[in-house]
Amino acid sequence: MRARTFAQAIHEGLAQAMAEDPRVCLMGPGVPGPTGIFGTTTGLAERFGAERVMDMPSSEQAMTGFALGATLDGYRPVVVHMRVDFAVLAMDQMVNQVAKWHFMYGGRLRAPIVFRLIVGRGWGQGPQHSQSLQAWFAHVPGFKVAMPASPRDAKGLLVAAIRDDSPVVLVEHRWLYGLSGDVPETLYETPLGVARIARPGRHATVAATSYMVIEALRAADRLAALGIEIEVVDMRSLVPLDVSTLCESVARTGHLVVADTGSVAFGAGAEIAATAAERAFAHLRRAPVRIGLPHYPSPTAPALADAYFPRAVDIERALATLLDVDPARLPAEDPPHGRWRDTPDPSFRGPY
Amino acid sequence: MSRAAPLPELFASMLRIRRIEEAIARRYPEGEMRCPVHFCIGQEAVPAAVCGQLARADRVFSGHRSHGHYLAKGGDLVAMLAELYGRETGCARGRGGSQHLIDLDAGFVASAPILAGTIPIAVGAALSATWRRSRSVSVVFFGDGATEEGAFHESMNFAAARRLPVLFVCENNAYSVHSPMAGRQPAGRRIADMGKAYAMPAAHADGNDVAAVWRTAAEALARVRGGDGPCLLEFETYRWLEHCGPNPDDALGYRASEEVDGWRARCPIERLRREGVPGEAQERALEAKFAAEIEAAFAAARAAPMPDPRDLGAFVHPGRG
Repeated sequence: MRARTFAQAIHEGLAQAMAEDPRVCLMGPGVPGPTGIFGTTTGLAERFGAERVMDMPSSEQAMTGFALGATLDGYRPVVVHMRVDFAVLAMDQMVNQVAKWHFMYGGRLRAPIVFRLIVGRGWGQGPQHSQSLQAWFAHVPGFKVAMPASPRDAKGLLVAAIRDDSPVVLVEHRWLYGLSGDVPETLYETPLGVARIARPGRHATVAATSYMVIEALRAADRLAALGIEIEVVDMRSLVPLDVSTLCESVARTGHLVVADTGSVAFGAGAEIAATAAERAFAHLRRAPVRIGLPHYPSPTAPALADAYFPRAVDIERALATLLDVDPARLPAEDPPHGRWRDTPDPSFRGPY
Repeated sequence: MSRAAPLPELFASMLRIRRIEEAIARRYPEGEMRCPVHFCIGQEAVPAAVCGQLARADRVFSGHRSHGHYLAKGGDLVAMLAELYGRETGCARGRGGSQHLIDLDAGFVASAPILAGTIPIAVGAALSATWRRSRSVSVVFFGDGATEEGAFHESMNFAAARRLPVLFVCENNAYSVHSPMAGRQPAGRRIADMGKAYAMPAAHADGNDVAAVWRTAAEALARVRGGDGPCLLEFETYRWLEHCGPNPDDALGYRASEEVDGWRARCPIERLRREGVPGEAQERALEAKFAAEIEAAFAAARAAPMPDPRDLGAFVHPGRG
């Protein structure tokens, strides 16, 4: 076991991919800066030079075009947005140019760009700094979309994305950066489009994305005390979607809860649930249940944010309903580490 | 004709902003204001001198560093603090936090952390002001980083083309978060120079010299109010604290300590004090008044109720008005 945090794993993946391939470059506001995008880019400018690790003006739309233009000479840019919300300013270039680049020129051009989008949830980040818009990108043909939930995959999916000739959107959840886990030192790929059984179980499947994998594992742990065995599938990628791992799990368990960090309505969870319903209908004993955000903007006040973001307890309640477990038997929810639940642990402090 | 800068009033306005910001910074580590807060300590002159010559009907827009603009325009202090504390009585009912201040009664319309996000909205408000033959103007405050966004340029173009009553006010504090101007914008070109490209009068001044800000803004506002179209103002200033949060960030090393110290020595409040404004007795009276106001405001904000989690879905769609 070689323990590294999620943020360190990204840093290592970037450094190794840049060492391997001189065409890989990094760009984004603050990328070479003193806080290094939560430590994921610290020191890379010193090591690889300012030309390959570029600070950028606050020009998200044009920056996307700069990256696309640079691909014409074979460069493989990694574009960083400190918040998913900032990529919204780049949507024209991303959706109308980058995603269709290969297709609309009949396969003559490629856009091997990686977009790192960070979900800013926590400490009142509010309506414009904590959105989880993976479904937007997954909806547009041409993008691949991945959401790592473990340090190992944070590195592996990043490396796979950098080596992929499609534009890849990586959605990184800020609450995962401090998570520690085994990260091999070698330069390895976690293949895009392959889900992972994060915990085997036989009574129900929870298919989760990003930080909701952590909440699903927490729920599975707690339900194990009641003799209920939950299988947690870390979807890892939305596009391509690993239909077979999903459906094989559902075939084993007969029940599906989908837990996504985005909105339930028209969301990634809807796609996963619909896919299971279409492809594994005969195995489902009850209708799948989706866990995610209500169809409201993200509130700032902790009194509202605590009610807005779903947690393990919501997954447990959904499972109890599916499995005919009396909700009164569910273990009481662990108390928050402070007054509120708007931070993942006491080390996570505001304001930024 | 515009009047001469009312220095004692401007001193009071700046001091009040400073003391409020300091009080927030002192209490922030208690962990009860659970939202990102961008302090304007050191940058008080521009809000005080620009908002100080606006009428209530004039509409102000801002970005993430908006406390000074909100307060100088007459925004309600208790509602602002309650917003930072995530209370139902906050100016945005706790939904927005520090980055989404609003006080419609005071003519402070909106503020948002997406760079340049409110610039076109201010232009739209100016456009509709002309439709209703109003004399009110739009004033939008933004930083140097926002001038790198397409929305800024599109707004400048349209406002100039239609001669709209909007004042673009750039507070250039030389850093976009931690990134210096070099590499972001061309060397040797002032932000104010961009006015020329849009056939728009523009001016540049020391943003820490409140009298200079007043004069510069007065000329521009006279023009904007007179129907002669928009103006662009660039004021050079400096943020003393970290980009976001209540602490200095000298340890990060992205700003030379001589630079930080040099700007701290150019404190806009101290500058007036050295000129004998407003005088010791008056200053003591102001300090006492603001201390009492701030203490009462914090008490009121902290005593206010939290939003009810059952109201999560409120304000997503308006009801029938």
